[in-house]
Amino acid sequence: MKYMLIHCVDESIGLTGEQDAEIQASLESWLEEMIRRGVSLHGSRLQPVSDATTVRARENEVLVADGPFAETKEQVAGYDIIECADLDEAIEVASKHPTARIGTIEIRPLRQE
Amino acid sequence: MGADVEAEVARAFKDEWGRVVATLIRVTGDWDLAEDCAQDAFAQALRRWPDDGVPHRPGAWLTTVARNRALDRLRRSSTEAAKLREAAVLLDPEPAAGDTGGIPDDRLRLIFTCCHPALPLDARVALTLRTLAGLTTAEIARAFLVPEPTMAKRLVRAKHKIRNAGIPYRVPPAHLLPSRTTGVLAVLYLLFNEGYTASAGATLVRQGLCAEAIRLARALVQLMPGEPEAGGLLALMLFQDSRRLARVDDAGELVTLEDQDRARWDRGEIDQAGAVLQAALRLGQPGPYQAQAAIAACHATAPDAAATDWSTISRLYGVLVQLMPSPVVELNRAAAVAMADGPAAGLRLLEALESSPALQGYYLLPATRADLLRRLGRRAEAAASYRAALSLAPSATERRYLGRRLAETQDRA
Repeated sequence: MKYMLIHCVDESIGLTGEQDAEIQASLESWLEEMIRRGVSLHGSRLQPVSDATTVRARENEVLVADGPFAETKEQVAGYDIIECADLDEAIEVASKHPTARIGTIEIRPLRQE
Repeated sequence: MGADVEAEVARAFKDEWGRVVATLIRVTGDWDLAEDCAQDAFAQALRRWPDDGVPHRPGAWLTTVARNRALDRLRRSSTEAAKLREAAVLLDPEPAAGDTGGIPDDRLRLIFTCCHPALPLDARVALTLRTLAGLTTAEIARAFLVPEPTMAKRLVRAKHKIRNAGIPYRVPPAHLLPSRTTGVLAVLYLLFNEGYTASAGATLVRQGLCAEAIRLARALVQLMPGEPEAGGLLALMLFQDSRRLARVDDAGELVTLEDQDRARWDRGEIDQAGAVLQAALRLGQPGPYQAQAAIAACHATAPDAAATDWSTISRLYGVLVQLMPSPVVELNRAAAVAMADGPAAGLRLLEALESSPALQGYYLLPATRADLLRRLGRRAEAAASYRAALSLAPSATERRYLGRRLAETQDRA
């Protein structure tokens, strides 16, 4: 089954250089393991919400606004598309990702059409 | 004859429903189909057993009928998914006719799937009652005091999530087993407590939750003989259930343990609980349910309240605090120490808990304090604590009890 991991982190938490380096290192080892296992299909970190733009099309009018879709404490900071046997494996994969330690990971199954 | 067979079918329903549904889910992968076909199998038993007689192994008979029914329905459907499922059913070997071991027991997979932590807690409880215990949606709705459509929606959503999110239908692997087992036991205990706290004026179906929880725990003990906490939980439920009739008086008022008429305790259930607890303890892996059951055993075996072995109980609470650190357990420990070593000793432990955030607004904290102050003869302080407890007590029965205590304290002041 395919799942999307949506990484949600409070952007305002300040990480020390040391913490950042630690996260970067554990991200690399996570990615290395998941590619080796054939779990990780693709994924990316996102620029901060200050660089986000929202678009809506209503009654022939395109409404463009600055900022994220919803004002929440935690913002989407990245995503991964993974392929797992079942939800238990997806939970295991997500729990090893550094975001799980500093924020929240939402696991969403991709719709199978 | 007719009534006899009906009773046989009713018994088979209680004993075999969960097993039939569990097997059908495994072979078809379709929860709704499994329930429908199990239902059909029991309907057919009602029609056939009066003439054909009750089969030698009712569970195997019911599973075979339900399975054939599933095959029929899958054959009539022309979708690709149905074809695949039909093939899966045909590939699953049917137990040989002479096999005395009976049908494979899939209930353990079913219970772990129903109690998966990715499902909302209320859905875990509802799904367990529907698929394992065979309660109807209407019965579960009545037991949880929600409208039937609400409960139906809850069950549908849970089944969708199992399918769409890929919750596996299996007993978890060893590294997940301890935490998932704890989750299953918590669902069963929640089920029991829903029924247990509902005693006064509650519907029978609500009280019936205790019996369902006990039946499911019994099955779990049988399915997981190496898991001592399953036995611990079963023993704990049986000890508590043995006091059911004595817990509430004829007027529907709550009776505290010390004032209960012990002649109304169910001795048979207490003996059973003791045996289950001993078997669990022999496995040599202590756990919170075993410790709570051991405490319940001390109460259950005391001939009267005065003869209660409070020093053992307070020691067991010391063990329980280690196994399951929680302010509520600390509070109970303080009450036990007060009985073993005097109210002043209990009050000292209580003082340390006054600032615990988890206990803010919890009525048993001031209620316990009030009780200890009353026993120390500090009546004005006791009355103030009873008043504080009264303002926090969640149910009318508890408020009436505290009101009576408050009145007594003020009378003698």
